[in-house]
Amino acid sequence: MVVDKIENGIVLDHIKAGNAMALYRYLNLDELDCSVAIIKNVKSRKMGKKDIIKIDSMIDINLDVLGYFDENITVNIIRGGERAEKKHLSLPREIVNIVKCKNPRCITSTEQELDHIFRLTDPQRRVYRCAYCDSAGGNAGGNV
Amino acid sequence: MRHVLNITDLSVSEIDSLIATAMDIIGNREKYQDICRRKKLATLFFEPSTRTRLSFEAAMLELGGSVIGFSSASSSSSSKGESVSDTVKVVSYYADIIAMRHPKEGAPVAASAVSGVPIINAGDGGHNHPTQTLADLLTIHREKGRFNDLTVGFCGDLKFGRTVHSLVSALSRYCGINLVFISPDELKIPQYIITDIVNKNHMPYIETRDMESVMPTLDILYMTRVQGERFFNEADYVRLKDYYILTPDKLAAAKPDMCVMHPLPRVNEISRTIDSDPRACYFKQVENGKYMRMALIMMLLGLTPEI
Ligand SMILES: [Zn+2]
Repeated sequence: MVVDKIENGIVLDHIKAGNAMALYRYLNLDELDCSVAIIKNVKSRKMGKKDIIKIDSMIDINLDVLGYFDENITVNIIRGGERAEKKHLSLPREIVNIVKCKNPRCITSTEQELDHIFRLTDPQRRVYRCAYCDSAGGNAGGNV
Repeated sequence: MRHVLNITDLSVSEIDSLIATAMDIIGNREKYQDICRRKKLATLFFEPSTRTRLSFEAAMLELGGSVIGFSSASSSSSSKGESVSDTVKVVSYYADIIAMRHPKEGAPVAASAVSGVPIINAGDGGHNHPTQTLADLLTIHREKGRFNDLTVGFCGDLKFGRTVHSLVSALSRYCGINLVFISPDELKIPQYIITDIVNKNHMPYIETRDMESVMPTLDILYMTRVQGERFFNEADYVRLKDYYILTPDKLAAAKPDMCVMHPLPRVNEISRTIDSDPRACYFKQVENGKYMRMALIMMLLGLTPEI
């Protein structure tokens, strides 16, 4: 299968197979005017199969947001048709206003102006907890 | 700015010094009567809790300080829709230290982000209540003389019982603590307490529904109230509230120096005939709570004298 080469833009590689559509929505890529290619079930030596997203524009991507989704994704920056940069992600220590606390007894449920802050409390099990009430905010890793 | 929102905000050595200060207060009341002169404690109680508020206010008054504040949300500007952050920001211009209670979990975290003075969490919903745990620790210290090598039973509502979660977390930093969780299935200790605290610190524990079978093994029995306000369903509450009642019959099997503790108020989970038993320590906890609040207020104001 042939997908047009990008001149200047971003390629998100090593997305867990099946997660590309969720990531597309998570990053609000539907709001972009440029062409975006979602390539599913690409053969991968490392992963068996994987998804890839190609974005034909140099948009700003918050790496913490992406790292929270899946820290195994690699971000390739393409300039002049060549890969100019390859970024590896890590699980962010803190995420702000990405997930909302679901605890109905949490102060964030009544005070609208507060930021929703989650902190990584268990990197091994990838658990994030609300900075206010300590409720677990769902595990990272494609579960957003 | 230093705040105490959670018992683990205090290190083990800080808890040791708070206990040393409290013991010194008990022995030398006059030495402390003017320490906080001209200092003001604000008690911001967005939810009524007369017992806790009076303990804080008595603590500050006994240190020679004064007290301002409100005792329910309806008597504060939050009834006009003001946020916790704004209320606390305003009050921190008037007071030197704030003790706040709020029905929502994490409210003191929001407050501490904007406060110019130290905040003590005096209870945030079912979440934390560190000064209750300080009272519990001083009681254990005075009754047992140690925090190591104790078998501690927790009985009643272990699911919503924040005092239980806090005390387990405080005890997890000492050696040789055996935990016994006694509760109906519906009110079992939450799994995250087991994984994040108990197992993480390699604490031996058992879970049982039967109080009597474990009674002879306990050094401390921490009873809790099954709280109606934590239930969404009245029928569940009525069915569970009388599940575990400590009676003289059951206490007969306990060690002669076992300590019966309870964060109070009790409903009927401890029979009143036990109040005169030397093992009953729950009213001592009330007294100890005041001493620990005095010690904490001095620590946060940087006014603790030499012992
Ligand atoms: Zn929360």
